Amino acid sequence: MPGEDGASEMKTLITVSLAATALSGMAQAKTIAVAPGADAQERIQTALLDAKPGDVVRLAAGRYELSDGLSLDVDDVTVTGAGPDATVLSFKGQKGAGEGLLVTSDRVTVRDLGIEDTKGDGVKSKGADQISFINLRVEWMGGPKATNGAYGVYPVSSTNVLIDKVTVKGASDAGIYVGQSKNIVVKRSRAEFNVAGIEIENSINADVFDNVATRNAGGILVFDLPNLPQMGGNSTRLFRNKVVQNDTPNFAPKGNIVASVPTGTGVMIMANKNVHIFENEIAENQTAAVMLVSYIQKFDDKTYNPLPRDIVVRDNKLGRNGWDPKFDGGAILAKMMGGALPPVMWDGVTTATGNSEVVRVRITDGPVLNLQLPAPGALMQAKPVKSDTVGDAQIAEPAAVVLPKRQADLGA
Amino acid sequence: MLKSLRAGLAGLAALACLGAAPAPPGVALDVLLAEAPAPRLADYRLFKDISGRQPNGLTPYGLNTPLFTDYAEKFRFLYLPPGTKAAYRAEGVLDLPVGATLVKTFAYPADMRRPDEKVRYVETRLLIHKREGWVAQTYVWNADQTEAVLKRAGARLDVSFVDARGQTVQVDYAVPNQNQCKECHQLDKAVTPIGPKARNLNGDFAYADGTENQLAHWTRLGLLTGAPKPAVAPRTARWDDPHEPLEARARAYLDANCAHCHNPRAVASNSGLFLNIEETRHAALGVGKGPVAAGRGSGGLRVGVEPGDPDSSILAYRMASTEPGVMMPELGRSLTHTEGLALIRAYIAGMKTP
Repeated sequence: MPGEDGASEMKTLITVSLAATALSGMAQAKTIAVAPGADAQERIQTALLDAKPGDVVRLAAGRYELSDGLSLDVDDVTVTGAGPDATVLSFKGQKGAGEGLLVTSDRVTVRDLGIEDTKGDGVKSKGADQISFINLRVEWMGGPKATNGAYGVYPVSSTNVLIDKVTVKGASDAGIYVGQSKNIVVKRSRAEFNVAGIEIENSINADVFDNVATRNAGGILVFDLPNLPQMGGNSTRLFRNKVVQNDTPNFAPKGNIVASVPTGTGVMIMANKNVHIFENEIAENQTAAVMLVSYIQKFDDKTYNPLPRDIVVRDNKLGRNGWDPKFDGGAILAKMMGGALPPVMWDGVTTATGNSEVVRVRITDGPVLNLQLPAPGALMQAKPVKSDTVGDAQIAEPAAVVLPKRQADLGA
Repeated sequence: MLKSLRAGLAGLAALACLGAAPAPPGVALDVLLAEAPAPRLADYRLFKDISGRQPNGLTPYGLNTPLFTDYAEKFRFLYLPPGTKAAYRAEGVLDLPVGATLVKTFAYPADMRRPDEKVRYVETRLLIHKREGWVAQTYVWNADQTEAVLKRAGARLDVSFVDARGQTVQVDYAVPNQNQCKECHQLDKAVTPIGPKARNLNGDFAYADGTENQLAHWTRLGLLTGAPKPAVAPRTARWDDPHEPLEARARAYLDANCAHCHNPRAVASNSGLFLNIEETRHAALGVGKGPVAAGRGSGGLRVGVEPGDPDSSILAYRMASTEPGVMMPELGRSLTHTEGLALIRAYIAGMKTP
């Protein structure tokens, strides 16, 4: 009988929602559905304001034309679409805000969406705990241009960061950029046609693995910069990544640190400590497979160490690299080395003014070119030496990054 | 005829009754303190008239150096619940009691050369001190100027005015969404007022019954407790007063226009660029400091501030821009503040290398 069916259906619904409530620990978690169409800006933003902890904001398949930035400031919310090519947020007509979507709350997941043509950064989190970006596409549709936004996926000053199955194309700085954060996993993602593919900066404890970085100017960067609230970046593992054919001419606006990354760089470590690079495939990068360099600009910060130290490079599969290095003096250096640079290059600086910290490396992939510079950037005083390996320091590898279980399971 | 005359008389009688009625009800404190925002500005009874021109017992105030918002005029008022007072603090915002509400109407005269005529109200923003903390809301005025309704998700409005030189200016005016209100109005992730700091209130205001220093006026009216004499209280310079020292004016301007984000406890803390008035470290103030996450906002320049050379300073470059992704502040303006930019350029031009 229809009446009975209705009653049992109702009962099922109630049971399901009660179970959901019990599971999530939130009262009456609900889904707020948004469809494409007129006033998308106001309707999506209203959903992001109305969401309560536990809610899902679901953006139906289709194209959304946005005129301003969007933002979320509610904890425990999932923003999801129908897939990175199905649900597209286009910011081509954006008139304000520094990014497409800004998240400033904790335990937020953004997933299954495409974000296009933001005027500034694509999607950013600031000061967020347990922030997850999953199965996203962030892209500047006109290809690599200096007028594109800086970062595609941009968690900063955040803790417990998960970036999984994300694709970023065309960022005028770094496609995937994690800054001043702690406890970070970047995996199964793809960065193409950005200035830098993936960049971990002033951050602590990062695992970057199973990613592809290709057609960028530089593939994967691990940097530490002075005069920032969080410095002393350390403990990053780069492994099982494919860092191949990074050949897009560097198109970063000058002044930005990535403008100094030579086109055709595979992996670059600048300053930073305890970085382990292993089991990656690094090939077809015309400048170098791996570069370890000091920060060479002037700085006014006594607590900053400009040298890369405690660096391990081992068990990587290095293909052809370094045949046409794109940095000042690179061509002469290559000529000196017999036509091409060795795939791994270290500036060899072991002392920095005001810093007594010992510089240790273990580079077992080679050949290695040690420039033996007496000070950061002192290229004119280089005493280049080529060898099969450099250093044999025993440098303990950081433990695998562990995210809170709920978050770690998200991308499965 | 007779009927209409009688109706007219009745109308007059009604008017007479109104005139004799007791004072209109005060501000609806219960509505201010309610968990949900009221749908219409009128629900709070902050104004006596439907057009929001006649404040209902509020105290008007001004700031020595305010935030630039696309040349909008701003009418600011303080509401304090009956029997409560603000407590003086030398640093930061005054200690305002629960129920205190800051009311700010953004408006454009049709012609800036006649600022009191044909003034269009655009939005009225409220910062309400609820029991749980401060909450920001904004109400957008209709074209007839008879009603302002809650707008939580932001909006873009076409505004035009004739500027001081007689040029027509079009503004793509942005009403902020509720999160954007908080982006600027926060310290340590909690919503906070920005303007009513003792030092920025420490100046004269032209009240209906004469001009008086605001700290003195508030104290005299029993709205403020603990304030010292204005002469010994800290004071922010007026950014537009050429008689004040250039550096003080520039630092006041940067504090009001940048430091709500660019300070160590706010949204742009990760930039390492701190423009709050208390900051003294050269690098934190941008001198010789390279960009961090500026992207094309760097304009191809190497440092935030190059002493003596505004053209080489990212700070001036981003202030001059009106391009989203480049311009600073990111929110709250679509036009260049020509006079503010000139001030900052002059300040940088006069700086010596530390």
